Amino acid sequence: MKFLTTNFVKCAVKSCSASQDSFPLKYSECQLAKEESEYNPDFVCHMLERLDWDAIVKVAADLGNTSIPPQKPEGLDPIMEDDQAILRDLHSLLVETVILEGKMTCSSCGHIYHIKNSIPNFLLPPHLV
Amino acid sequence: MKDYLIYFAQAYPNFRRSEIESLAGLNGIKLDLSHHDESTPFLVVQLENDEQARKIMERSILGRGIYELWGDGNSLEEVHVNTKLRYGSEFDRYKQITFKFDFVGYMGSREKKNKFEVIESFAYLGFEGPIRMKNPDEVFVVLEQYEQPDREKSTTPLHIWFGRQVQLSARTENILDKYDLKKRKYIGTTSFDAELSLISCNIAQVNTGKVVYDPFAGTGSFLVAAANYGGYVVGSDIDHRSLRGKNEKCNIWANMKQYNSASQFLDVMTMDFTHNALRPDFQIDTIVCDPPYGVREGLKVCGVKDPTKAAHRENVVIDGEKAHLRRDFIHPKKPYELASLLDDLLSFAVQRLPVGGRLCFWMPTANDEFSTDFIPHHDSLDLLYNLDQEFNKWSRRLLVYSKRDHQSSHTSVEQAPAATVSKNISNFRARYFKGFSPSSK
Repeated sequence: MKFLTTNFVKCAVKSCSASQDSFPLKYSECQLAKEESEYNPDFVCHMLERLDWDAIVKVAADLGNTSIPPQKPEGLDPIMEDDQAILRDLHSLLVETVILEGKMTCSSCGHIYHIKNSIPNFLLPPHLV
Repeated sequence: MKDYLIYFAQAYPNFRRSEIESLAGLNGIKLDLSHHDESTPFLVVQLENDEQARKIMERSILGRGIYELWGDGNSLEEVHVNTKLRYGSEFDRYKQITFKFDFVGYMGSREKKNKFEVIESFAYLGFEGPIRMKNPDEVFVVLEQYEQPDREKSTTPLHIWFGRQVQLSARTENILDKYDLKKRKYIGTTSFDAELSLISCNIAQVNTGKVVYDPFAGTGSFLVAAANYGGYVVGSDIDHRSLRGKNEKCNIWANMKQYNSASQFLDVMTMDFTHNALRPDFQIDTIVCDPPYGVREGLKVCGVKDPTKAAHRENVVIDGEKAHLRRDFIHPKKPYELASLLDDLLSFAVQRLPVGGRLCFWMPTANDEFSTDFIPHHDSLDLLYNLDQEFNKWSRRLLVYSKRDHQSSHTSVEQAPAATVSKNISNFRARYFKGFSPSSK
């Protein structure tokens, strides 16, 4: 599971859908890895538009990184050299940082989901469907 | 506007028009294909310029190539007369370029010696530049449709077109070989045919930078196809085993690397589509999928058939931990109606797609009882295409919807009552295994 993906998933329980607390999930006991991957600035730019930056800051803090700037970098251009550095940092954070194992907890209902073999599992037990 | 000739492959002729129309639409090109005839692979279309021609052909799977049409006729003599008449004033522009001649024969061909004679007969073009067999500036092509008496190869063409090659298709550039399932690192019993998955993605208008979601990803056949066209792909499946694959060298990730698409791969996640964890405001541009119809894989969602039996299981504790919160908890599954799943899919598409965004999925039907009532309907989705691939007694259909702009007025397709869809689908599996005999209805 890429760090990026933490920004797109929330609690799957239907009664949590209206709750502000069901996103982002709270990440704990996470085993992280760095997976080298090809730098694709267009991909990073496209994804940046779709990111909820507050959630990025929050999840990064869950994972022990408290140095994420509070404001989302805007208007980055892959052609500009200064922007390149930021885009590469974002690539490293969003795409190359992967969670191999860990727990994702919904702050609204308290349900715990697991990340197993780097694949997040959002299946629900019978009493939550 | 100029005449261009499209030469199609002899595969899925009923899908051609949708593919080319979709590729034209994706590039903002107005194109009229209402005269398309499935029985012939040659189609003359009107386009503004070569660039438009390139755009509709370069990623096509069902087209082979597109040519600026210089002349045509039922004999070479007619072709020459027509070519001089239509393009006589253009010959000079090509006087000094490097070039070669090529032949395309449908249901027949010419002998080599005869080809030279044909090339000689075009001497009036007055090209003075050198002939280059490799990478010439221009390729001039004689395309011929032969008759087919008793399936013997014929030597007399019925019709001949002469044109300048503008663009060969992805198919002609061997994309089907590249994506051949036999050469793919990770496949499974539900892997989807490479050719049809690429066609699906063309009709779905997958494009660079668009987020494409397959909610029934399996071994990732559509993810791979969508990534080929520049899509940023994300998949989910209720079956974690197919997502995980066998090992690092044999899983969806390995396939993405095999096709150099790893940098467009978002993630795959284990998920019951009906309890979706993708946040509602995460925009998905396109949905392409083959929902599980219960023939190869039974349709299941999370839950238990009889909730009374499972009552209070949420209180079970193992090693001081609630059982259902443990890493190795196995989530019970229950059967689910396909009609409900398709309803869920259409509703999901309406919630998540932008206006004009496409939902594209496959649905099987028995041929002897198909009726258009079986096609799922949603007030906010326009059914653009309903294309069938016929097998002996059943078909599968590619259904393509586009999200409607609610501001614009619209006419609504007759709504299929949910019960009909449900009967059709729940019957399908039973009838499949009884060989679609009339008694199994």
